[in-house]
Amino acid sequence: MASQKPEPIVSIVGLEKIYQGGFHALKSVDLDIHRGEIFALLGPNGAGKTTLIGIVCGLVRATGGTVIADGHDIARDYRSARAKIGLVPQELATDMFETVWHTVNFSRGLFGKPRDPVLIERILRDLSLWDKRHSKIAGLSGGMKRRVLIAKALSHEPTILFLDEPTAGVDVELRRDMWAMVRRLRDNGVTIILTTHYIEEAEEMADRIGVIDGGKIILIDEKHALMERLGRTRVTVGLATPLTALPADFADEGMALTDNGTSLTLTLTGEDDSATGAADLIKRLVAAGLDFRSVETTRSSLEDIFVDLVEKQA
Amino acid sequence: MNFFAVRAIYTFELGRTLRTLFQSLAAPVISTSLYFIVFGSAIGSRMQTIDNVSYGAFIVPGLIMLALLTESVSNASFGIYLPRFTGTIYELLSAPVSALEALMGYVGAAATKSVILGLIILGTARLFVPFEIVHPFWAAAFLILISVSFSLFGFILGLWADGFEKLQVVPIMIITPLTFLGGTFYSIKMLPPTWQTVTMFNPIVYLVNGFRWAFYGQSDVGVGFSLSMIVVFMALCVAIIAWIFKTGWRLRT
Repeated sequence: MASQKPEPIVSIVGLEKIYQGGFHALKSVDLDIHRGEIFALLGPNGAGKTTLIGIVCGLVRATGGTVIADGHDIARDYRSARAKIGLVPQELATDMFETVWHTVNFSRGLFGKPRDPVLIERILRDLSLWDKRHSKIAGLSGGMKRRVLIAKALSHEPTILFLDEPTAGVDVELRRDMWAMVRRLRDNGVTIILTTHYIEEAEEMADRIGVIDGGKIILIDEKHALMERLGRTRVTVGLATPLTALPADFADEGMALTDNGTSLTLTLTGEDDSATGAADLIKRLVAAGLDFRSVETTRSSLEDIFVDLVEKQA
Repeated sequence: MNFFAVRAIYTFELGRTLRTLFQSLAAPVISTSLYFIVFGSAIGSRMQTIDNVSYGAFIVPGLIMLALLTESVSNASFGIYLPRFTGTIYELLSAPVSALEALMGYVGAAATKSVILGLIILGTARLFVPFEIVHPFWAAAFLILISVSFSLFGFILGLWADGFEKLQVVPIMIITPLTFLGGTFYSIKMLPPTWQTVTMFNPIVYLVNGFRWAFYGQSDVGVGFSLSMIVVFMALCVAIIAWIFKTGWRLRT
């Protein structure tokens, strides 16, 4: 589609991970993350998402392959590479007895940056944590702790931010807030890679989507292209009188008689043809004199696509 | 050199100590005071002088050493074990921090705390028994070297331990007995010849005696040998830690 390839900010080539017990977690993974995008990595439990993030961030040692993060090899030039990367882990691992203010400033120091109270204040205000800055982390709610982890990850001004299951166990309102925040970060030039179980989340936020299963990337595509290519729209018409067979002039591709002949179902591929697809069908039904009680249009979600894909692999 | 990271870890770890000031400093001071009351004043008054040093004064270096060793080991081990236990270690592992910088932060903070503790115990001891330090420079050198080397050892323990029990086992089961049997409360010359030989295999004998030499100018063993033992122990700990960070043992999967 695009003639020039976007510049990758993270470039993963031939990444392998075999754990000590022999578990082959990543099988020659190649992946480019484009600068400035929100990339969602989807996959079932144990697919290799966290291992992949762990290797890029320095928590897990790769068995083979290379990773270049913002121009720096994560093994040979780990200092420069890691200084560019922020990580929000899946587990709510925090120092319970520290205050929010101290823990976020500590993170900045750890990543080799001089103190910058103005910047830290801005980060805490953006995350609605400013009022809690003198609170001990132990006293915060789960959602607030998650924000503290995000603040810590942003404290050293990374250009690449990894969010491992950022909204796991977070209520709907906070999830919306978090999505808004991630978009703001992207608008400020931060590249975001998130893993998620919530397909709704990827659908809502991501520019591109990668699906990993069994340690292999089985699909990478732009979200819209993916929805268009693999998405389906289903128009279901409840018939007034059940039919025993599909009328000849309705026997086109994607048409089926369902629910014991009480419904006519048209399945269309592509992302957004629902409006015309349904309208055309209705016009034809009226023209053919077939009476109907209801019309329902459903668009397949990324979830359906994902389930299809993973099942196909299995 | 990631100076900011060293400073961040160092101040973070000392901050942890300040939050738990009572347990960290008051508890060892109280227990040391008890030793002085019992061994120094009550029993010590009935003991002979050892090499012309009163018994109360004789045990001062040993008691400081006892507190120094156990506290260095437990502080440093706890400092690195806690983030492993809570999972916050992810941040250290993902940060642009070398093994040396992490060591300077964690071990530096633990050793600083031990040195402060040693000085407080020294001050406390002075309230109970009169003594003078013959070689103050060497006393300070021993204090710092031993704090650093046992903090290094504690750091290894904190990386090795996979439960809180193990953290406590080493100080209680190894450090404390070896210190007690290492001439803290007696001169090894008082032992029967066979036991004198056995005692020579206890590395803590050299530490206690080196430190005592700095105080009173007398020692059961050569002071040069004491110093070399400490340096060898320190080098060994550094080598083990370097290996741990290189291989990622217990740190990175």
